[in-house]
Amino acid sequence: MRGIRIGVCLLGLALALGAQDQANIVITGSRKYQMAVPDFNALPGVAPDVRATFDQVLWNDLYESAVVNLVGRSLYTAPAPQSEADLDSAGFRQAWSEPPLNVQRLVFGSMQVNNGGLVVDGYLYDVTQPPGGGRLLARRYADPATTAGARAIAHEFADDIIAALGFGPGIATSQIAFISNRTGHQEVWTMDYDGHNQRQRTNLHSIAYSPRISPDGTKLAFMSSVSGEPQIKLLSLLTNRLLPFPTYKGMAETPAWSPDGKKLAFAADMGGPNIEIYTINVNGTDLKRLTHSHGYDNFAPAWNPKPPPGSPGQIAFVSSRIGLPQIYIMNADGSDQQRLPLGGYAVSPSWSPNGLALAFAWVRTGGGEDSGASDIYLWYFGQQKYVQLTHNEERNDFPSWAPDGRHIVFESGAPYRTQLFTVAADGSVPEQLTSQGSNEMPNWSWH
Amino acid sequence: MKQSTSRYFLTAVTAGSALLFSLGLAGCGHKAVPPPPVPAPAAKPTPAPTVTLSADPTSIESGSSSTLTWTSSNAVKVELNGAAVDLNGNQSVSPTQSTDYQVVATGADGQTANDSVRISVTQPPPPPPPPPAVQPAPSFAESVRDAFFDFDKSDIRPDAQQALDTDAAYLKSNPNVDVEVVGHCDARGSAEYNLALGHRRADAVKNYLVSQGVDASRITTESVGKEDPFCTETTSECYQQNRRGHFVRGQ
Repeated sequence: MRGIRIGVCLLGLALALGAQDQANIVITGSRKYQMAVPDFNALPGVAPDVRATFDQVLWNDLYESAVVNLVGRSLYTAPAPQSEADLDSAGFRQAWSEPPLNVQRLVFGSMQVNNGGLVVDGYLYDVTQPPGGGRLLARRYADPATTAGARAIAHEFADDIIAALGFGPGIATSQIAFISNRTGHQEVWTMDYDGHNQRQRTNLHSIAYSPRISPDGTKLAFMSSVSGEPQIKLLSLLTNRLLPFPTYKGMAETPAWSPDGKKLAFAADMGGPNIEIYTINVNGTDLKRLTHSHGYDNFAPAWNPKPPPGSPGQIAFVSSRIGLPQIYIMNADGSDQQRLPLGGYAVSPSWSPNGLALAFAWVRTGGGEDSGASDIYLWYFGQQKYVQLTHNEERNDFPSWAPDGRHIVFESGAPYRTQLFTVAADGSVPEQLTSQGSNEMPNWSWH
Repeated sequence: MKQSTSRYFLTAVTAGSALLFSLGLAGCGHKAVPPPPVPAPAAKPTPAPTVTLSADPTSIESGSSSTLTWTSSNAVKVELNGAAVDLNGNQSVSPTQSTDYQVVATGADGQTANDSVRISVTQPPPPPPPPPAVQPAPSFAESVRDAFFDFDKSDIRPDAQQALDTDAAYLKSNPNVDVEVVGHCDARGSAEYNLALGHRRADAVKNYLVSQGVDASRITTESVGKEDPFCTETTSECYQQNRRGHFVRGQ
């Protein structure tokens, strides 16, 4: 990760995790499985680039998951299994599970081309179990016999492995929406979680901000100035066409989906002096005002994907009511507005999928210095404390939590020259995803 | 003029003819008859001076010149409009208005002859009228000053107040000019927040102008936040340049 230094206070985090059982937020090293992933057995007919793509993408996905320790392929003195039957031959499992490899989980399989399609049989075994047991996953995948098909199968298999290991949903098949100016205009783009398949989604030639993918992944809400004042726009990710959504007098920005995908929260001034938070049904009905301001603004709502039981829903948002912008939490009906005890300049809240943490951007000293630097922090509600995720002299902003609850995507860089990065919440596996033009405001899909 | 010259010329000839006639009479009588007793010798007659003056051309435009030419005989002194000149000669003149020139020739016995010529001067066609002498109106950009803000603030500072007082005066004396106020923010802070802050700054500028008597319907507002910056350096000077309410002439 060139130019970016990311770290985390691991000691403080470990103490925090010990205090309450919220280990699904951050995975510590001691819980990571030792995993081996020998190259798959490719039958004749599989093109070399298809085979190489599959092996490389699967390895990368498992590495990026940050929940396993991959044992390097150059250490694989044990033979790679050609089929499940090999695992029952005498001494086969011990060759993997005993020193020097100490592998606990073995991923293997084969691939062939059948009627023009790529067919992959993938397996995950607990090789510490005796012969006849330990199968955790066995599945056949099919896609076009292209590098794109191999990439799609590898992502799907990787997510199945993460789930089979008990780590819940993975991120290998997830998408990230973002804003890029690489065409000369700010437009909405999407890409795979690893930066591949970057696709332009709009062609509006105007200021575009705050893309937000719907929970079902079929729509995207964003802000656009294409018709003058900033307004909320809805885009179909299936057709790349704008869908109807109300426009309002004045400006409207920062849309956010409710967890059920039926409502949007957004900020608008409705032609008045202050920007307030509203909610509305996606079909344009039932507009409700949640904040009532006197000389300050409220914006950047973020719906808690997993509110506490019995709650009417929770929305984090930013308000400048005490001066510099601060992060507040309120019920989805506008009641019980509480400020996080932060101070400084705190913006861009993003909930973890389990609703127990917020990522946000913070200038603890207030932000009036010439550097303009800000960092990404994580706020843990259970412990009422924060952890610093980025440590550099850049402006880091717009964190967005991945569906696995273990990764964050954010923008970093000098003004007007920002790029997108992912990092695990424990500070590991930092990656730069973009390099062309200036890229900002990433939003990770819900699945 | 020509006729006048001829008249003077004829006068001179008449005088000469009389002289010749008297001489002829004396000769014939001497040849045919015995000489009479010699008369008392008469005083030898002095020839009368003559002078002519012409101008070419006789009509000029102001600023052009004409040549006066004079010829005299039996003269000992010639004056052109009172100034002594050669007995015969020419002179270029450039009168700016119609002028009579007179030449006077004086003979040895004090007799004078004179001639005159008039040069008519016409004025050139008037130059095209100068552009209307309206004071050129100062341009919008020269007249209107942007209002600058502090970090994270939308309050009108004293220097912004001065600028906006000037702007209000300009707008009141140019009632046909509408304006758009565009709120700008520096690159620090969050883009979404800056869009709202830019909006608040544009509104603050509009409200001040309205308080100074500018009709609110002439002012529209817009925010571009940190987009479309005036500069992109990470210096306090550049940041200040980008924290402003910027005036754009309305359509």
